[in-house]
Amino acid sequence: MSELSDLYQVILLEHNHKPRNFRKLDNPDRTADGFNPLCGDRISLYLKVNDGIIADVGFQGTGCAISRASASMMTQSIKGKSVAQAEELFQGFRKMLTEPGAPTNEELLGDLEMLSGVVQFPVRIKCAILAWHTLRAALEGKEVASTE
Amino acid sequence: MTAVNPKARRAGAAVSGLDVAKIRQDFPILGQTVHGKPLVYLDNAATSQKPQAVIDTLVRYYTTENANIHRGVHALSQMATEEYEGVRTKVRQLLNAAEDREIIFVRGTTEAINLVAQAYGRQNIGPEDEIVISAMEHHSNIVPWQMLCQERGARLRVAPCNDAGELLLDDYQRLLGPRTKLVSMVHVSNALGTINPAKQIVELAHRWGAPVLLDGAQAAPHMSIDVQALGCDFYAFSGHKLYGPTGIGILYGRAALLEAMPPYQGGGDMIRSVTYEKTLYNTLPYKFEAGTPHIAGVIGLGAAIDYVNAIGLDRIAAYEEELRQYGTKCLSTISGLRLVGTAKEKAGILSFVMEQAHPHDIGTILDAEGIAIRTGHHCAQPLMERLGVAATARASLSFYNTREEIDALVKGIDRVIEVFS
Repeated sequence: MSELSDLYQVILLEHNHKPRNFRKLDNPDRTADGFNPLCGDRISLYLKVNDGIIADVGFQGTGCAISRASASMMTQSIKGKSVAQAEELFQGFRKMLTEPGAPTNEELLGDLEMLSGVVQFPVRIKCAILAWHTLRAALEGKEVASTE
Repeated sequence: MTAVNPKARRAGAAVSGLDVAKIRQDFPILGQTVHGKPLVYLDNAATSQKPQAVIDTLVRYYTTENANIHRGVHALSQMATEEYEGVRTKVRQLLNAAEDREIIFVRGTTEAINLVAQAYGRQNIGPEDEIVISAMEHHSNIVPWQMLCQERGARLRVAPCNDAGELLLDDYQRLLGPRTKLVSMVHVSNALGTINPAKQIVELAHRWGAPVLLDGAQAAPHMSIDVQALGCDFYAFSGHKLYGPTGIGILYGRAALLEAMPPYQGGGDMIRSVTYEKTLYNTLPYKFEAGTPHIAGVIGLGAAIDYVNAIGLDRIAAYEEELRQYGTKCLSTISGLRLVGTAKEKAGILSFVMEQAHPHDIGTILDAEGIAIRTGHHCAQPLMERLGVAATARASLSFYNTREEIDALVKGIDRVIEVFS
């Protein structure tokens, strides 16, 4: 049961309840849709990128608490960052979820570390990482991201 | 969890005379703990657990009898052949088919449907022809027909259902016509539990001369099936949902139709003679069983059928219905929970969504309590879309489940509400 409370941390539940940047942007210059075909989670991501800086970000969609909170926390963590920094965050975040026991870069990840409990629930990693795959698709100019 | 609460015993006994406590001892896996909690297995629509009799049969077959069939003069081959063919008779009796040769061993329901699509469909369905399915099909009863339609220039028509998940028979009837060349419908919905009016579906299609395939994956394990009374032309089910091994399933087909169909796959056992100039195909059912089949699976399925018959499918159906009603009553009292699929005629499937939590979160929290359910779209995405849900949580029942396990589910859901409050 301690694992369960590691997963559903208060801050995660709070993001699920009141997701940040949960809106469609007017005139976004990058967008992508993400799907988790196994679960049916879906997310639409909207970005404004000025001179390599993510000036604004919004998302919409349906999904479980993990995918929704992860998307919400991602938007907070990448807003104002450069595209290169966002990629670095993605790498660090993915490492945290897929390499149990590896040291996490708390300084880099900040609040994203609250999702570290997912590592104990391998089937839920896809939920947590969906928003990030969608971000990468949007930045690479692809329209659709899938966790499959 | 080796011994079930005596109350469960009484509950079972009261309705159907099932000694559930004793039955549970036949299923070794049910005695396990998961995450330190007694396993509550409510994912029977995905696959059922196996009684010791089935496990022992597989061990016995491989230990004492393993040989290839239909071709050996030696003792083991003859024993294996006899037992393999004996199961064909058991399946014929289970479905009340007219003849053994109408029973084809396949990998599962999916392969059975693909066999009909490829062997019957490609021969009999052409441009402008129509295939009718329902709005509550599993992907395995959608995609093979889409593939066939694409290849043959035919059209897939979908008979709608209402918000309760019941087939709209009038709309179905209106879809039928001279262009209808095949109807393929689910007997019991895997996502909702709806029991479709199979006999009426068949009668209406036959008025237009269209043969009917019934997907019985969720029906065969839970009720008596009589293909002659239903009047269907094809019936498909999977062994692993009927307490047998995975990788073995059944296609029943009316002999006249099967006779006229070309083979599905070429290979050994499906031929009578082969020369480079001409190959003569074997008779039914071997024409459709190319290559060495899943002999152990067939024999294991035979043991599962014996097991189920010893209890009696009518008693199983009665007990599971009682349990479903109890489960429906319990879940209905939970605030924020909504049952998805409320057909009047329903099998033991409790699909639900909650205001408080997404199905995947429900599934994870229940798992931590040792409770196994399925979450997601249940391989029925178009149905989920029709009902306006992205996913559901699904508890599916078997005769080895108890009221106490339903109570555990309810407690688990309370825990979900607690986490998400």
